[in-house]
Amino acid sequence: MPSYVDERIVMTGIGLTAPNGNSLLEFRESLLAGRSGVVRYETRHMGEVLAGVCDFDVLAHQGRREVRRGTRSGSIAIYCAHEAVADAGLELADRDRSRVGVYLGITEHGNVETENEIHEISQYDYDTSVWSHHHNPRTVANNPAGEVTLNLGITGPHLTLGAACAAGNAGFIQGAQMLRLDEVDLAVCGGVSESIHTFGIFASFKSQGALATHEDPTCASRPFDQDRNGIVVAEGGAICTLERLPDALARGATIHGEIVGHAMNSDATDFVLPDAGRQAQCMRLALDRAGISPDDIDILSSHATATDQGDIAECRAIREVFGDRESLAVNNTKSFIGHAMGAAGALELVGNLPAFKDQIAHATINLDRLDPECGLTQIVANSPRSLDRAEYILNNSFGMLGINSVVIVRRYEADG
Amino acid sequence: MVADEIRRVILDILSRIQPDEDLSGLVDAVPFREQLELDSMDFLDIVMELRKQYRVQIPEEDYEHLASMSGTISYLEPLLKDVQSPV
Repeated sequence: MPSYVDERIVMTGIGLTAPNGNSLLEFRESLLAGRSGVVRYETRHMGEVLAGVCDFDVLAHQGRREVRRGTRSGSIAIYCAHEAVADAGLELADRDRSRVGVYLGITEHGNVETENEIHEISQYDYDTSVWSHHHNPRTVANNPAGEVTLNLGITGPHLTLGAACAAGNAGFIQGAQMLRLDEVDLAVCGGVSESIHTFGIFASFKSQGALATHEDPTCASRPFDQDRNGIVVAEGGAICTLERLPDALARGATIHGEIVGHAMNSDATDFVLPDAGRQAQCMRLALDRAGISPDDIDILSSHATATDQGDIAECRAIREVFGDRESLAVNNTKSFIGHAMGAAGALELVGNLPAFKDQIAHATINLDRLDPECGLTQIVANSPRSLDRAEYILNNSFGMLGINSVVIVRRYEADG
Repeated sequence: MVADEIRRVILDILSRIQPDEDLSGLVDAVPFREQLELDSMDFLDIVMELRKQYRVQIPEEDYEHLASMSGTISYLEPLLKDVQSPV
């Protein structure tokens, strides 16, 4: 039996929907052009809030019956999975679909569907006999990954990974690990979020004093800025096809990047407050596993969500690992689209991958006055930055209950 | 409601459950499942919609009467005779 434990893992297909783009091309254009995807949005019980809203064509890969039965996160996952498989040039019908795995990170699942049902029975004087029989299949935690398997006829393993806002990276890590364990030959993995469809997430952030407000929605998400006042919740998804390098080469696949390092750890300190020391430890572990030093990283895609303490903690962690090296480009995708929760880490990583070709680090927008407590000199503020070198990207994703994840991707070279 | 009105109500429910299906050729005497891609969850949607719209509680042992359009109409006629047609 062959061992793939040390096999190189590459990204061969990308599908995504973000509030400012429904393909990598559109998304990248928006990131380079400084185009936000945050808009005013009506949510149940709370009225108008600000959110990152996606406008992908739900019926591109699903029938209306399938959409009605399933969930928003299922539709997001199906759209992204189809687009990733197509981008990879793969025909699943020609493959052994029992050797395909689906691994999707989620921050939460089931809140949307539960709130919808409670609203529905409230119209019937809380008669529970009108509670939908679709509730359980919609709310089981594997739902979005399971919907992908149903839609694409994939009979290999499928899982969602509940990892709060570290989930997008967790999906990629799981995919890479399953390929190395020879559980699958193709991993369809990443992260998804339908969170804007539950009022609860907005209300909870508001109660926590962490929900962003701004008269101009496009200016509301402002990580590292002195005037930041919280999170803009977004929906979205990003899914990649991962393959072992020899398999990808054998079929002449286009390789978007190679996952060379990853790590996850836990703060074990607080339900919501981050721990800079553990974040730094997580970055160092990923660097060690990649066999590189902090000086090798060219772009650091930050997690910062525009909360007061979260941004300061991450900056402290970055400073601790990377010092003040000027050639490091630190950027932030949430400033454009808000916080896409389970999809955030996945979207933030793939939106940076085109830098391997164009050597440009997209910016962090809405950074008018850098918070001195953040104090990172390497932040790419408001305008993209041309780089002398774009060899390694490090992607941070952190979440509640103190969950940290880091993925490092290297530009692929045929002889590298 | 009379038979024709009940038929329209059921067609309306089916069109929401099966939005991509053409229901114009539906044969009343033939079981739904032989004409439509209708599984048990879809069937429960019919029961649920009748419960929501007309407060008709259909016990599980009576589900067999709802296999076809004509069976459904026969079963519902006495239960909905005093209910105003929505159309």
